[in-house]
Amino acid sequence: MTGPQPVAKKEVAATSEVQAEPLLKAGSSHIADGIFHLAMLACGLCVLALVGVIVYELVSGSKLSWHAFGLKFFFQSEWDPVNEQFGALPFVYGTLVSSLLALLLAVPLAIGVAVFITEMAPRWLKGPLAFTTELLAAIPSVIYGLWAIFVLVPLLRQYGEPFCARYFGWTGLFEGPPYGIGMLAAGIILAIMVVPIVSSITREVMTAVPQQQREAVLALGATRWEMIRTGVLRNARAGILGGVILGLGRALGETMAVTMVIGNRPEIAKSLFAPGYTMASVIANEFSEATGNTYLSALIEIGLALFIVTIIVNILAQFLVWTVTRGTPARSHA
Amino acid sequence: MGVGIKVDKLNAWFGKTQALYDISMEAPANHATAIIGPSGCGKSTFVRCLNRMHETVTDARATGKVQIGELDVYNGTSAVQIRRRIGMVFQKPNPFPTMSIYDNVAAGLKLNGFHDHKRLDEIVERSLKLSALWDEVKDNLRKKSGASLSGGQQQRLCIARALAVEPQVLLMDEPCSALDPISTGKIEELIFQLKEKFTIVIVTHNMQQASRVAEFTGFFLLGKLIELDKTEKIFTTPSDKRTEDYITGRFG
Amino acid sequence: MPETVTATSDFAAAPISLWRRGVNAFATFAAGAAVVLVLLPLGAVFGYLIYKGIGSINWAFLTQTPKPVGEAGGGMANAIAGSAFILLIASAFGVPIGIGAGIYLAEYGRNQLGNVIRFTADVLNGVPSIVVGIVAYGIVVLSQGHFSALAGGVALAIMMIPTITRTTEEMLLLVPNAVREAAYGLGVSRWRTTLSITLRTATSGVITGVMLAFARVAGETAPLLFTAFGNQYWNWKINQPTAALSLQIFTYAISPFDEWHRQAWAGALILIVLIVFAVSAVRIVAGRGMLKGAN
Repeated sequence: MTGPQPVAKKEVAATSEVQAEPLLKAGSSHIADGIFHLAMLACGLCVLALVGVIVYELVSGSKLSWHAFGLKFFFQSEWDPVNEQFGALPFVYGTLVSSLLALLLAVPLAIGVAVFITEMAPRWLKGPLAFTTELLAAIPSVIYGLWAIFVLVPLLRQYGEPFCARYFGWTGLFEGPPYGIGMLAAGIILAIMVVPIVSSITREVMTAVPQQQREAVLALGATRWEMIRTGVLRNARAGILGGVILGLGRALGETMAVTMVIGNRPEIAKSLFAPGYTMASVIANEFSEATGNTYLSALIEIGLALFIVTIIVNILAQFLVWTVTRGTPARSHA
Repeated sequence: MGVGIKVDKLNAWFGKTQALYDISMEAPANHATAIIGPSGCGKSTFVRCLNRMHETVTDARATGKVQIGELDVYNGTSAVQIRRRIGMVFQKPNPFPTMSIYDNVAAGLKLNGFHDHKRLDEIVERSLKLSALWDEVKDNLRKKSGASLSGGQQQRLCIARALAVEPQVLLMDEPCSALDPISTGKIEELIFQLKEKFTIVIVTHNMQQASRVAEFTGFFLLGKLIELDKTEKIFTTPSDKRTEDYITGRFG
Repeated sequence: MPETVTATSDFAAAPISLWRRGVNAFATFAAGAAVVLVLLPLGAVFGYLIYKGIGSINWAFLTQTPKPVGEAGGGMANAIAGSAFILLIASAFGVPIGIGAGIYLAEYGRNQLGNVIRFTADVLNGVPSIVVGIVAYGIVVLSQGHFSALAGGVALAIMMIPTITRTTEEMLLLVPNAVREAAYGLGVSRWRTTLSITLRTATSGVITGVMLAFARVAGETAPLLFTAFGNQYWNWKINQPTAALSLQIFTYAISPFDEWHRQAWAGALILIVLIVFAVSAVRIVAGRGMLKGAN
């Protein structure tokens, strides 16, 4: 049988080593493989263990308070450490109101930014814009708080709140002296912090909508906005909702910036000018000085409630995002 | 010098689906045996059973006896040890992307604990010469990464890497199917020369290639070995009608 | 004679109504306005940080510890060092466990248990940082009886682990299976392949993930409030309360002293510079591509 003629017989060193003595020691690696597998498994189980530890610490820490006050704990508004009366309603109220206010402000902005970056911006602008919005997410909470105290609050006190009182006072939401510090400031700074998350998920979800959908709508003679509305946003709405809920989760647990501007008064008030208190803030402020086991336990119980709520909210959000992106691994959006 | 391969009643499964049925054959030492057949006939699976790469897929298993020289592949030695004696070249060249050319060739040795640097230099040079790549890369051994070479060069690099550990047998799973005709020609030349030192089993879907490089050819169909004989005979006067149908292009 | 389609061609030929065009233009305007509104605070924050902070960053600030209330001067040297110390402790726990869990998920975890771990890691990412502080308090501070850098490190490690786990897994999954097969074909054992080949190929991506987690926890304050607690002086002992940059900024910011406010801005500027540096480095490393030399 003929084969291709070799161009030149290449000289090769004698491979006399190839006999009974192989070059490599034939060692078995079963044990090493097994140990490695176990070690990696242990690391993986650590992740599970962490959740277990968190739940354990929170539950066992709250026992005292739970036994003392039961479920009514979350419906009573008397927070009196001196007389050992603990009612968490003001904090629940404060957390909900500040978070909702933040979402109200943040969601339209975040979706607007996402729409602009994904569908409207010229190619050279997309990257830098995306990077800058992500930079917003990198700023630590305490720095937002610092800026809020010395820049946002005076602005609100001088211009923002009088403006709201003058033109929107009829809503009843803008009554009382404009301290600057209070629920409104907390809502605004929270909104700024939540925008990057909602925006980034919305962008992710919008990009996941296949190009054919956009083209189908355009081919019917739609304007660009109509294409975005029906071809993209409509398809991505489950994911966008997920992003919004994820933003809610972030807002609920946000501590430092809120603590620095909300006023830290455990009161329930209708006006957004009034100071308030959130679940995370009361823990931050009072935990290290809590005297008495019931006091500490009450704070831990608030932490447990915060944990449960944020977990549920996050699971819901992950699920919604997953339905659009179909299981690409979620990134940390802190 | 290579050794012969003896396969006796090899069966293989992917989960519940059987892929190979009672394969028994012999591949003689220092010759090339080609494995041909239509897509999905089990030729890749067969070759991957010879060095137990088949097992790396989840839920895959194989039974039977495979003897490579004095080595009983399925009985007594671990899969990892087997693979150190058998070299494999894959369909798509897969040099290690973060390693230089030198490190790629030496990888099989270094990762298995061989650290004699002087001898490593010799072995790398020899392997690259054996795979006809030495002249093209000898000035850049440590500077260029394995992945920066052209497709044909990458495949020759993979061959050098496989040869560096001095295997007794070289398994090649459609080594040229991702390459251009000129690279293919160079590699076929290579196989022709390597036969002098190694036993080669080469899977190919290209019948002309089989007739160019292999003395023996086996025809697989639907997981069964239909016929194994001298290449000349398979392509001119095959014994089995199915072989003849495939050769003449009636299917596949 | 077939009907002519004049009616539809009239419709098709008609220009898009003014209303629709107006809405389209407004939408573009609104989206652009949103971008401006969002970038405004970003610019404002950075602007003020530089404006208010740059003047106070001097050698004294970077090398001295805080002076007592009322005295001018002093610095945050111990806080900067303390943050580094706590982050080191956090990384010592967080990085190996995170990478290990990531390796498990990518190489061994394509099963039910893997799914549970993956889901749990994603859920852990959403736990509020103050809650993590409570947990670290319970595990470390209560058992030891005092605040410590160790407690702070544990708290931050808990926050680092889920991030590092998921990014490591992602990066390892990007390594093509052909590379693993090449190693198996050479008779390399599985553990060796995973470490020396797979992980090595994904190295820059994995480092990116670690740095991202690092940047995220570097600015955290809440989990340190009652774990590391803060300290006026230098501390290098793992079992003592330790100062941290973020804690110091917080304490100074809410104080009534102008002098401390000034220093808070300076500290914040340093913190943000370090974080931006880390985030940008991550982008550059990720941009260079995971597989060195790949065509």
